[in-house]
Amino acid sequence: MRGLFIALSAGVAALFLASLLTGPAGLPMPESLRALLAGGNEPLPVVMREIRLPRAILGLAVGAGLGLTGAALQGYLRNPLAEPGLIGISGMAALGAVLAIQTGLSLAAPLALPLAALAGAAIGVGLLVALAGPRGGSVTLILAGVAISALAGAGTALVLNLSPNPYAANEIVFWLMGSLADRSMLHVWLALPPMLLGAVLTLSTRRALDALTLGEAAAQAMGVSAPALRWRLVAGTALIVGPATAVAGAIGFVGLVIPHVLRPWVGARPSALLPASALGGAALLLAADVAVRLVVPDRDLKLGVLTAIVGAPLFLHLIWKTRSGGRV
Amino acid sequence: MVLRLSGLSVTRRRRPVLHGVTLSLPAGQFVGLIGPNGAGKSSLMEAALGLIPFTGTSSLATLPADRRARHAAYLPQAREIAWPVSVEDLVALGRIPWPGGGRSGLDRIAIDAAIARMGLEPFRKRTALRLSGGEQNRALIARALAQDTPMLIADEPIAGLDPAQQLACLRLFRDLAAEGRTVLASIHDLGLAARFCTRLVLLSDGHVLADGTAEAVLRDDLLRRAFGITVRRVDTPDGPAILPV
Repeated sequence: MRGLFIALSAGVAALFLASLLTGPAGLPMPESLRALLAGGNEPLPVVMREIRLPRAILGLAVGAGLGLTGAALQGYLRNPLAEPGLIGISGMAALGAVLAIQTGLSLAAPLALPLAALAGAAIGVGLLVALAGPRGGSVTLILAGVAISALAGAGTALVLNLSPNPYAANEIVFWLMGSLADRSMLHVWLALPPMLLGAVLTLSTRRALDALTLGEAAAQAMGVSAPALRWRLVAGTALIVGPATAVAGAIGFVGLVIPHVLRPWVGARPSALLPASALGGAALLLAADVAVRLVVPDRDLKLGVLTAIVGAPLFLHLIWKTRSGGRV
Repeated sequence: MVLRLSGLSVTRRRRPVLHGVTLSLPAGQFVGLIGPNGAGKSSLMEAALGLIPFTGTSSLATLPADRRARHAAYLPQAREIAWPVSVEDLVALGRIPWPGGGRSGLDRIAIDAAIARMGLEPFRKRTALRLSGGEQNRALIARALAQDTPMLIADEPIAGLDPAQQLACLRLFRDLAAEGRTVLASIHDLGLAARFCTRLVLLSDGHVLADGTAEAVLRDDLLRRAFGITVRRVDTPDGPAILPV
């Protein structure tokens, strides 16, 4: 297992470096890294520090966050099909962003769009808490999440439907596909602190998620407080997924596929799967973000499209393997 | 350790299912909880553990959750193993309430002892979900043993097991009580309960109908009142065989 963590960490480090070194301006490697470290006002340090670095950091953080929350929700719901979007926060964040584009607010200030998305995510959390109630179980949480997702989806469709001109609709559709292009350090400072707090909260559920392997009653009898666990998971997921959607758009499949792929490698223990999935998610998203810049450099291939193209067949393969293994 | 329940009442979905049950279960007893389906056996155990809302007092439920988990291990009726973990990792889950969390030397000793006691050595590295129902049950009991508590509360531990596994499970529980633990288990097989338990508690409609030795509790009138059945008794060298008719 230690080998897996070393390999994943090395992969993340290599892909982070690759992300820093990939871009339309074909910059030489040693100079790029020197410029990144030294800084200055010349074009090279500016490109490295203000274009490539935020993109790489966000790729790492968003990927890690999606992998981590996917693994945590799967552990909590004891369902390998759970994913970060399940509780409706990403849908509400997307709705907030879409409204910002529609109303022209996104053009007013550079951070208006992510802030609107965060507001959407916060409203989503409020709705989730109100719907799931203080004593609700995991099923109530899923149902509330599905209802909020449906509501957010309907709202997004309505905004698209009523969009005043095709350009606004176009912009909304492209934003929804997810991307890390043209993000600044402002985006990093906006997203990173809540995501780190969310990661701390989510990682603190590891032992409780292990205990849940035996079911809710057995876990409770082993000292796990069900309301406290749910609170930490909802807050942790919202603090990660809200900002992640705000700065990167809707990126699917990472939180679903990564825990699936890594589960056999950690002996299926949720406590080990959480950090492994964070590393795996970061690696996948960094790789995908490098790929969108390399595959069709002249066309703006969206990150969410690529993760879906890679993720869906991978998921089909896993279903096939599970079926042929005789399990459901 | 003594488990004291006093005036324990439980209401589920606005329906009262347990009415002021008062019991004292001292260490060294294997108490069999018998009674028809819906008599309140599971509710009694869950309330005693503080897992569901109740009125009255339970000496266990008043403890903080983490200390309670070091006093009593619980085997719920639903034998759930959500992920394909190895038998060893499954048993190690029993150490979650303890400071080492499964990694300390003390944890290793408890895990190894539980695996050895349940005869799971050959399955140690196997995936628990791939084992037979009886083997999975043994692994889950080993998990409870690894929790290393003075009290064990088991909800229908022998349901769904073959006769040999049933005997092995009840012998183990009897031995655990003889070692000084308090063991409370709900059991539907009256004959096995009579043979292995040191004391029986008969629940009916949320009330304790009888409490004492097998002879005192498994009386014709009480069984007729609780289950609506009569029984035939055959005395064997191993204890009474009880056949509902």
